[in-house]
Amino acid sequence: MAKVLMKGNEAMALAAIKGGCDAFFGYPITPQNELPEYLSKHMKENGRVFVQAESEVAAINMVYGAGGSGARVLTSSSSPGIALKQEGISYLAGSEVPCVIINVMRGGPGLGGIQPAQSDYMQITRGGGNGDYHTLAFAPENLQETVDIIKESFTLADEYRNPVMIAADGLLGQMMEPVDLERSSNVKEAPLKPWAATGESGKRGHRNKIVSLFLDPNDLEDHNLKLQKKYNRMIDEQQRFEMIHTEDAEIVFVAYGSMARIARSAIETLREKGIKVGMIRPISIWPFPEKAFENLPKSVHTLLTLEMSLGQMIEDVKIVNQGRYKLDFFGRTGGVVPEPEEIVEKVLAMKEGAN
Amino acid sequence: MNDSERLVIAGFGGQGVMLMGQILAQAATNENLETVWIPSYGPESRGGTANCFVTISKTEINAPVVTQSDTLIAMNQPSLEKFESKVKTGGRVLVNASLVKDHTFREDIEVFNIPVNDIALELGNLKVANMIMLGAYIGASKVFKPEALETVFKQKFTGNKAKLLDLNKQALLRGMKEVS
Repeated sequence: MAKVLMKGNEAMALAAIKGGCDAFFGYPITPQNELPEYLSKHMKENGRVFVQAESEVAAINMVYGAGGSGARVLTSSSSPGIALKQEGISYLAGSEVPCVIINVMRGGPGLGGIQPAQSDYMQITRGGGNGDYHTLAFAPENLQETVDIIKESFTLADEYRNPVMIAADGLLGQMMEPVDLERSSNVKEAPLKPWAATGESGKRGHRNKIVSLFLDPNDLEDHNLKLQKKYNRMIDEQQRFEMIHTEDAEIVFVAYGSMARIARSAIETLREKGIKVGMIRPISIWPFPEKAFENLPKSVHTLLTLEMSLGQMIEDVKIVNQGRYKLDFFGRTGGVVPEPEEIVEKVLAMKEGAN
Repeated sequence: MNDSERLVIAGFGGQGVMLMGQILAQAATNENLETVWIPSYGPESRGGTANCFVTISKTEINAPVVTQSDTLIAMNQPSLEKFESKVKTGGRVLVNASLVKDHTFREDIEVFNIPVNDIALELGNLKVANMIMLGAYIGASKVFKPEALETVFKQKFTGNKAKLLDLNKQALLRGMKEVS
């Protein structure tokens, strides 16, 4: 299949359709508006559901309802809108309702700005909702990877009966790149969902209830232990990452999404200067890819975390590092997209400081 | 073209700078090259300068934002002032000479002054100023043959826009002539 030139937000929307999305519920916010705009036309054409809700809170609860009835459901928003959805995400996770949530991140806190950022790492990986819950979260670096992951994420949501978050940013949403929408990806037909509330209690002989309320503490603990088993299975099965030039590296970058892509240019420049740098690129940010840090070569002495925030993922790097390597950080925030040259200068300054 | 070509295209909102970039990105896609198009979005694109970054490359594109450009296409004076300093030494600048007068250019860049607004009016439609500039760009850079862009025109100008095909082709070729 030939590649087509598409805008990121539209490619994400089409990928959702290809991934088997039955219904979309959302509320507009820049910089992701082309995503619902595209779906508002194409979901209907494909005989599926599109609803522009009256608010983000309404949208995520519509996701809860439609997901609870067994449909493959999507919502998308940008940072402050995702913040509004946190309560619903906790309920979805607590009652094990699968869904896909796309966050096209912009600068914060509060309303912040509309330019690209990665300052929702904590919101995505720790969750703003209450309770012991986790969502699978993937952070692609270009449009092809974004499309492939979104297609697959509906299948993963069904397999784990859990929300899946896509951590994109304004750059990925607004840019155009050639993408192959048909490239093979782990997309499976929606499975039978015997747990779903489909209004067939009479025929089924019992009522399916979608709840996250357990008033008996022992029941709630059992429920949490069951969820925890599932999260541990995700940690085992879903750590995804790419190792880039780590084989002889002295300084290893840790960067995801757009920042990783910018870092690739810095690696090229630094390697031309004979400075041995490499990168661990987390593709899953929850679970954090701890396995990537297990067999780094002896040459490594420093991990340099790079983020379009003032340092959020670095906390995961600290946890996995266990004091083994020196840690350093470079970040820009508020919607400022750093130039590769800034990373090069940071590394040169680190070398200088070490000598 | 070298292994890659990085452009900044800038002008007023309404001059069609986003479309210029998209046409180049589509031509690159048609020829199986790697390409990224990034628009400015938000308040600065309303009424002020609108700009897009386009990268066309034979190899995978890393950092998508153009910070050092091989080419700047400046459709007005503010765009030239904003982006001239980001052009690489030895890079090229194509300027809308109908709107930019008496500018002192850097000496380490190649400058093409093309009065695209005046030429567009000669052709009978101010709106094709951007396509004249696109013609001048491919004439100067040889990144694409005119046929490649004509193919994109056919993809873009369909339905009731099909009647604009000939005028745009004419504008493209006229722009190429300006730099030959």
